[in-house]
Amino acid sequence: MRRYLLNRLGQVVLTLIIYITLVYFLLQAMPGDITQMYLANPRIPQAAREELQKQLGLDQGVVMQYLNYLKNFFSGELGVSFSHYPRPVWDILMERLPRTFVLFLTAHVLSFYLGYLLGRIIAWRRGKVVDYAATVVGITFWTAFYPLLSLVLIWVFAYTLKLLPLNQFIEPRLWQGAPFPTNTVFGYMVYGGGAVAVGLFLVFYAFLRGLKRSRRNTARAWLSAFAIIAVALAVAWRTGLLVYIWDIASHMILPVCTLTLISFAGTMLLMRDSMLETVQEDYVMAARAKGLPDTIVRDRYAARTAMLPTVTSLVLSLASSMSGGLVTETMFSWPGLGQILFHSALANDYPLATGALAFTGVFLLIAHFVADILYAVLDPRITYAGQPAVEG
Amino acid sequence: MWKIRWKLTVRGLAQNWAVFRESRVGMLGVVIILLFGVFGALWPIMINTVWDPLVYHPVVGFDPMVLHPSPPTRAHLLGTDPIGRDILAQLMFSTGREFLLGVLSALITVVIGTVIGTVAAYYGGFTDTFFMRVADIMMLFPFIPLLVVVGSMVRLTFFPFAMILGVLGGFGGITIILKAQALSVKVRPYIDAARVAGGSSFHIIRAHIIPNVLPLSFLYMMFNVTSAILSEATLSFFGVLNIDMSWGMMIHTADVAGYLFDFGKYWWLWLPSGVAITLFCAAFYMVGRGLDEVVNPRLRKR
Repeated sequence: MRRYLLNRLGQVVLTLIIYITLVYFLLQAMPGDITQMYLANPRIPQAAREELQKQLGLDQGVVMQYLNYLKNFFSGELGVSFSHYPRPVWDILMERLPRTFVLFLTAHVLSFYLGYLLGRIIAWRRGKVVDYAATVVGITFWTAFYPLLSLVLIWVFAYTLKLLPLNQFIEPRLWQGAPFPTNTVFGYMVYGGGAVAVGLFLVFYAFLRGLKRSRRNTARAWLSAFAIIAVALAVAWRTGLLVYIWDIASHMILPVCTLTLISFAGTMLLMRDSMLETVQEDYVMAARAKGLPDTIVRDRYAARTAMLPTVTSLVLSLASSMSGGLVTETMFSWPGLGQILFHSALANDYPLATGALAFTGVFLLIAHFVADILYAVLDPRITYAGQPAVEG
Repeated sequence: MWKIRWKLTVRGLAQNWAVFRESRVGMLGVVIILLFGVFGALWPIMINTVWDPLVYHPVVGFDPMVLHPSPPTRAHLLGTDPIGRDILAQLMFSTGREFLLGVLSALITVVIGTVIGTVAAYYGGFTDTFFMRVADIMMLFPFIPLLVVVGSMVRLTFFPFAMILGVLGGFGGITIILKAQALSVKVRPYIDAARVAGGSSFHIIRAHIIPNVLPLSFLYMMFNVTSAILSEATLSFFGVLNIDMSWGMMIHTADVAGYLFDFGKYWWLWLPSGVAITLFCAAFYMVGRGLDEVVNPRLRKR
């Protein structure tokens, strides 16, 4: 196991270096460089411009610049952003990364769960109306033109029905006299949400797996789950954070729903296909012959095995959902990594664009790595010695 | 000799078509694609006979008789856009372009993917490892953010953009899937027989491995058409492409002019092109799903 992990980690680092190299040379190959931005300004004398070039290291060769960039990247020195002038790139990215991360994690988990539920139902009722309807609707959302879909959702829910806030991350008027800075509240929200999620998971794990499955135990599980949520809400209320947390959370609802809508079909269709294969296995027929109820055969016998390929696809869909993330964040003005990437690219803010692109890669690589481990844990058939499981 | 081969090909196609026809989702996709084909083919006829090119040209046309953007009228069945161009004409004109873009880039992807996949499977060793690692990296690449960054610095035009999409896709995940398929072909006895009979590596790859991988390549081509068109639409919408007219561009035009803020009132500016993009992509995806049942016998009904 450890050898496998070390091997994967080595691959991740190597891939990261290659990725950063590609990003760097791609941006290097673009026309123009930083000093040319000041060419039109007559108040900068030639000497000052040369001095600037020297300070920025632009008088050295490309290879030296590249090596410098690599060294700086790994020591966390990404330069200073032009468009947010005095702030270093690292600072901006560190502020944005958790926001993107939270948005994605929520949307991914939701869409995976929705796809898993629907997929096993429509596979079970293959050839019925439900199957066709869910497939066609799912494909339509999956291939929907996302910018427009998000506009339509904003228009319906925020503009016409006024149920949800329009856009962005927070409501500025509410936060004017707020006793807490936004990022602190967001931090509490993330940690609190994480703690609640872990608590809920443990409760359900203990009651539904470890203990006997009876109506009484199920009721107890639900009760303690509600108790955990209530305690968390009470703590938030006492500290006066609840209003602000609700503000951020309500701003998250629309983007999360959009991301879920456009991506649940992928899991659903894959789950359907993989269920259709497992349903033909002998052990499923044995379970049926034993006289077990249909739902138990479906959920506990067939779906468990059929889930594995969807986990792989979850890994493979990460990159494309990152692209979807750029669109979603831009459309909803959600101040995350994708939005900053888009704005910096349009504003010719090279350090920020490079940094954001590189960070997107880092984010994806880490997610890839985690998903790989998850897959290895889920599937007992995989041996850690040889090739990674995704291949072949 | 070629007569027999031709007959066999026709018979194989007929059988596959029979399987494909059972998939209702796939047939729905085919019907939608055919409708779009007719719609696109109407364009040259309409502009040459019915419509006045000065008024109905999709890029430089202008109708001086009405205020723009005008809601649907008899002269402009789907209304006009903020600078006075006919929406229906734009929609029709773009259909052909979208077909070209999608099919061209998917074709490039599939050709590259098939060649690399089969070669990697046949030779194995270094070639295999190299291309598989390249594919791993390509799968990591967030394409849309990357193309946004590239596009905001160099405005890409139609053909280079289709090429870039095709080539980037060709080295990506598709090679892994096609390689797995080619590997399963490579171990069959007739490959050994061909080698014993004195067939060169090139001959074996061309005449025995590639024909057996092609159905799967064709299937992935459908999915690639979808993703190519969606990428084009998204990037055009953000205004980072240098394309004069496309469905994404139509929405972009409405967006820059500020008409998307009043969404419900100016519905004709975004609805036709939005529906067109979604339906068109969904249709190719559905055909892909239908083909999946042909290629993958385990999915068929018992």
